[in-house]
Amino acid sequence: MTAYLEFKSVSKQFPGVKALDDVTFSVQSGEVHGLIGENGAGKSTLLKILSGAYFPSEGAVYINSQAMDFQGTKDALDAGVAIIYQELNLVPEMTVAENLLLGHFPRKKSGFIDFKTMKEIASKELSYILEEIDPDQKIKNLSIGQRQMIEIAKALLHNADIIAFDEPTSSLSDKETIRLFEIIKNLQKAGKAIIYVSHRMEEIFKICNTVTVFRDGKKIETFTDMSKVDHDILVSRMVGRDIKDVYSYRQREQGQTVLEVKDLMGPGLAKPASFSLKKGEILGFFGLVGAGRSELMRLIYGAEKHSGGAFYLDEEQMKINSPRSAIEKGMFFCPEDRKDEGIIPIRSVNENINISVRRHSMKAGLFLDKKKERETTDSFISKLQIKTPNRDKDVGSLSGGNQQKVILARWLAEDVKILIMDEPTRGIDVGTKNEIYQLMYQLTEEGKSIICVSSDLPEVMGVSDRLIVMRDGEIVTSFERDEFSEETILSKALPDKAEN
Amino acid sequence: MENTNAIKPVNPAVKVIRNLWENSGMLVIFILLFIILSIFVPYFFTWRNMIGLGLSVSMVGMVACTMLFCLASGDFDLSVENIVAFSGVTAAVVINATGSIFIGVLAGVLGGGLIGIINGTIIAKAGINALITTLGMAQIVRGMAFIVSGGSAVGITNMAFFNLGNGQFLGMPNPIWITIICFVVFGVLLNNTSYGKNTLAMGGNMEATRLAGVAVDKIKIMIFTIQGMMAGFAGVVLASRMTSGQPNTSIGFSLDVISACVLGGVSLSGGVAPIQGAIVGVLIMGTVQNAMNLMNIPTFYQYVVRGVILLIAVLIDRFKQTNTKN
Repeated sequence: MTAYLEFKSVSKQFPGVKALDDVTFSVQSGEVHGLIGENGAGKSTLLKILSGAYFPSEGAVYINSQAMDFQGTKDALDAGVAIIYQELNLVPEMTVAENLLLGHFPRKKSGFIDFKTMKEIASKELSYILEEIDPDQKIKNLSIGQRQMIEIAKALLHNADIIAFDEPTSSLSDKETIRLFEIIKNLQKAGKAIIYVSHRMEEIFKICNTVTVFRDGKKIETFTDMSKVDHDILVSRMVGRDIKDVYSYRQREQGQTVLEVKDLMGPGLAKPASFSLKKGEILGFFGLVGAGRSELMRLIYGAEKHSGGAFYLDEEQMKINSPRSAIEKGMFFCPEDRKDEGIIPIRSVNENINISVRRHSMKAGLFLDKKKERETTDSFISKLQIKTPNRDKDVGSLSGGNQQKVILARWLAEDVKILIMDEPTRGIDVGTKNEIYQLMYQLTEEGKSIICVSSDLPEVMGVSDRLIVMRDGEIVTSFERDEFSEETILSKALPDKAEN
Repeated sequence: MENTNAIKPVNPAVKVIRNLWENSGMLVIFILLFIILSIFVPYFFTWRNMIGLGLSVSMVGMVACTMLFCLASGDFDLSVENIVAFSGVTAAVVINATGSIFIGVLAGVLGGGLIGIINGTIIAKAGINALITTLGMAQIVRGMAFIVSGGSAVGITNMAFFNLGNGQFLGMPNPIWITIICFVVFGVLLNNTSYGKNTLAMGGNMEATRLAGVAVDKIKIMIFTIQGMMAGFAGVVLASRMTSGQPNTSIGFSLDVISACVLGGVSLSGGVAPIQGAIVGVLIMGTVQNAMNLMNIPTFYQYVVRGVILLIAVLIDRFKQTNTKN
């Protein structure tokens, strides 16, 4: 069988970085080809080249043995390439049929849109994928999973022969995931060449025939026989060293209870939540998407108003009804969604760091102490090794890891008692991850306490002293570090089989 | 290519000009425009005309100071022109009724502030779009101006009040001094206080700013309140210059103010608001208008020219931005 899609010695050079380095690999028709690798390994650059968004610096993409010269995403689309991204490109206020045919509306002779034909085409296309959706339904009324199916239908409508999925299950429910896998299997039978990018190892094993590992922009290895590989082999190829290095957990002293949350209720929680946090402790929170982890954190931080329950800080009851009130008590929050809730992208590193702490250093109660602010910024740039050309650079142009460091610096400039970190290392490379974990140990050794929320189980298991599991908006159970086991934690986090 | 550029010795003068062009292109354009007009337009570069020019931009200048904060936070206010009319009329009526200039001025300013508080509260607390809120408020306030005045101009009997708008200090009319003071005060507020920095942060990312512990609702209400008070004060100054409160004055003034700010490089989506940009924007708008008057260009054409200038300025800015990105 000849390869349908081939990358031949493809490289992509950005100023100062080689994002892809001499990558050669191929995908056959009827193959599901998994791509795995750490963030920054080059997977997304590869997809962008395939989609026509980037032009390779060297080498070329071949489809059906023909070298492609994509000048833009439209050329790739015309050549039969469809990419299903994590972030979906649908217009929420338009109907399913309109979205499917956007840009290609059938017209009547008069020039007006032929709604009848449009609906027919849409229904026909949907019948392959997901019969129960009404083509007149608005996209905004569909679940994320259903929207993803619409994207796939759109790809099929454009006669795509090459379909690439970029982390397709990250926001899907279990049921929707099963559905998606069925569809992928059908596409495979229909002879499509499929690329499947995912961090989730178990999915790779479930649906891929072939898997290629990337690291630092290079192709490391392609495994064509999935029975000969296992989780550990893939991880060691991905990381290039022993995985235990990343967390390098260290035992630390812990003191008395600092924070006690009692019967907290609010939006996103199904049952009142209670737990306590000790001085010097790293308390992990684990749960699947929709388990209510982030919602609980937002309630604790006052970002969302709680409807019941109480907080005790050092055994004294306190009121928290806004982020500001939490901050005044020494409790700080690094949000999950750094770009939308953490940084102010167009403002400088200096301003992003000083936005909160400056209220302690105002001159005459009104004017900024710019000299002191610059000193604060400079000291954190060197202490946390924030990689930025200068302190006046806009934060939006820094890498994810450095943006996270800027947010950390913002809080470390304050007198921290409790730090809530929601997905502290999402989208951050291994090296920086390790730096952040080290910083977490160091902070707790100084007597601060940390709540670490993550959907990355190895991460919460790697760094936490204690772990609380959440499921469907309630706290299910908690584990001490010596009880940690991937299996038991996952089984607690997964919805009960009986309920499905 | 970048390397060859770096190695080639660059004339320091060229470097300074390039730097100036990149950082404050509009200032360069204004200076060039000013020189050209001084050479080619008779009477343009005379003290008398300069004073006239200053007076003509003083109103827009004052309100641009506070509109700058509105734009910086990612909102805008379309009700300022009506507040100008309302406050002018209110001041006139109150001065005539009480005989006290102080109470009259205070009534005008506080009246504007009250409208601002309502604007800000609706926008911040109920989360209604600023366009709709201030557009609705604009109608209400214009109506109020007519109601308070009874539909016609209210002449002011207390002559001392006219000093505010027509008096001079060190040879320069008071409104120009007031505008200069406003730019200094609000420039300091924007760059040297947490009020200003938080405003810019809100325009850059509202949710992140809220989670960083900034009382965003309070600041938003404050921005609109100060905006209302400033528009009210501008209305009082205008009433003093016209010696009466006019209920139908200043139509189109809100958009003049916003245009001037945008012309100077203030971003409509918030987060970027250089005060020097607002100053230059106000000056360019005023200078062009002034020169057209001197050249006897008919009013109808003046509208067209002003619109064209605004569009060209924004296009140049966009062109510059895409250039620096590549």
